[in-house]
Amino acid sequence: MIVLLGVVVVILGFVTRRNPVLVVGVAGIVTGLLGRMSPLEVLAAFGRSFADSRSVTVYAIVLPVIGLLERYGLREQARNLIGRLGKLSAGRFLTVYLLVRQVTAAFGLNSIGGPAQTVRPLVAPMAEAAAERSTGAKLPDRLREKVRSYSASADTVGVFFGEDCFIAIGSILLITGFVNSTYHQEIEPTQLALWAIPLAVCAFVIHGARLLVMDRQLEREMALAAAEHELPLPEGADK
Amino acid sequence: MIKVEWLYWLIGLVFVVMAFQMAADRSNPKRWTSAAFWGLLGLTFPYGTGVANATAGNGGWTLPAEPLGVAVLALIVLAGFNFLGKGVPVTTTDAQREAAATRLGSKIFIPALTIPLVAIVCASVLDESGLFETGKATLLGLGLGCIAALVVGMLVTGEKKVSVPIQSGRSMLEAMGSALLLPQLLAVLGSIFAAAGVGTQVGDIVNGVLPDDSRYLAVIAYCVGMFLFTVIMGNAFAAFPVMTAAIGWPVLIQQMHANEPAVLAIGMLAGFAGTLCTPMAANFNIVPATLLELKDQYGPIKAQLPTGIALLGCCTVIMALFAF
Repeated sequence: MIVLLGVVVVILGFVTRRNPVLVVGVAGIVTGLLGRMSPLEVLAAFGRSFADSRSVTVYAIVLPVIGLLERYGLREQARNLIGRLGKLSAGRFLTVYLLVRQVTAAFGLNSIGGPAQTVRPLVAPMAEAAAERSTGAKLPDRLREKVRSYSASADTVGVFFGEDCFIAIGSILLITGFVNSTYHQEIEPTQLALWAIPLAVCAFVIHGARLLVMDRQLEREMALAAAEHELPLPEGADK
Repeated sequence: MIKVEWLYWLIGLVFVVMAFQMAADRSNPKRWTSAAFWGLLGLTFPYGTGVANATAGNGGWTLPAEPLGVAVLALIVLAGFNFLGKGVPVTTTDAQREAAATRLGSKIFIPALTIPLVAIVCASVLDESGLFETGKATLLGLGLGCIAALVVGMLVTGEKKVSVPIQSGRSMLEAMGSALLLPQLLAVLGSIFAAAGVGTQVGDIVNGVLPDDSRYLAVIAYCVGMFLFTVIMGNAFAAFPVMTAAIGWPVLIQQMHANEPAVLAIGMLAGFAGTLCTPMAANFNIVPATLLELKDQYGPIKAQLPTGIALLGCCTVIMALFAF
């Protein structure tokens, strides 16, 4: 039972917002020592599993290519491409973004989007503009927050449930790395990626439907706000 | 035959070259420690070949694992106590990018699409050709795809200097910082948890509660366990080795003979559903709220919570119906 203290270290570390690298390192040492490994054995375990999990860091080799393309306007061109999908409601626009994010992530292009790269400069402003266009009025703060929150959610859900359909992504490589080294299996990343497809479809249907429902909520609340706005007018007064 | 170790050496070399660039970059206030971190990380890749040879016992030159363990601790100290800094990125201005985007149009997507295309061709068509080390076609495909994409990218953009993509990649590396190391460290933590018997302990607790031979309850325990553990840890990568060693592997796969890739892939995704619902996964849930200047820092989580719970249900149902 005492080895479970390693899990407690992880929880405490994350709750108190310590540097995650440090938390993981300390939890590893604590767990190893509590599991009756000698300090030398702990070092060897660190070294061995670090060597065995090198495949997880392989994606670093993508960085120079993406870096080069970003220098030459990859993001700007992606923006132009999405910009052509102009006349949409907020929910429909975000559903399209969800789909684009899932499909591009499924092709391994997950650094194309993200809260800093696309959501703040591009997706959230476009979604807000779309909402204001379709409801015909300026959004109150509360609804603006809602549209922004849903913009972030479309990005996150899209990348999470798209990327696992790509074979060279960290999580797929972590699964094969862990299982193949711990249980001496020969599982191929492609087999895992296939099983991610049904859930990618579920994620699109569920979150897409919720984004469309958001449209209705926006319309209803805007209508309500407009009605409340009209209410204080004295009866029979000319408008 | 192309070996996966060659790819690791290439990555190690890229890190070491970037480390030299960092050491020379006076705009980085922590240039020496940054260079030490990435250089050391680069060296662990070729050194790891010797350690992996010793572990697998497949011949070739072998090296002891303990020095690598010391190096990993050094990396943890450098990253954990904020010794990593970044320089001013050498890059283009917004106007230059706009001009390049207008000039190149959608051609800019060709190199980006080269990577997955080559990876998929290698993993499917060329896998059986004997060109690649057995079981490593996907990884090698990614490596070859990147080399091909770099060549195509330089042709498409008309960039002549190889140092330019390396510089750009280095800026991205500096921006990511220690986040790049975290997945590998979490894999290390997972295998130490496994070696120390954390999974077995959790498994004993679960098995004490779980009735024998109940396939559906075992599936629910694994999926819900992945979900909850991820909510607590903030990271499905950390939850995966523990829950898999506890229930996924011994109960679902060994005892009940479930389809291995189905259980593992869906189990991980149940964890991702948990990531949608937790403030612990700060980079996905709290950072966007800050970036979007929301008053409610839990706004994105509230938008994701129903989807996360519904997807947990989908994972459980799909695994229960199709994994056996």
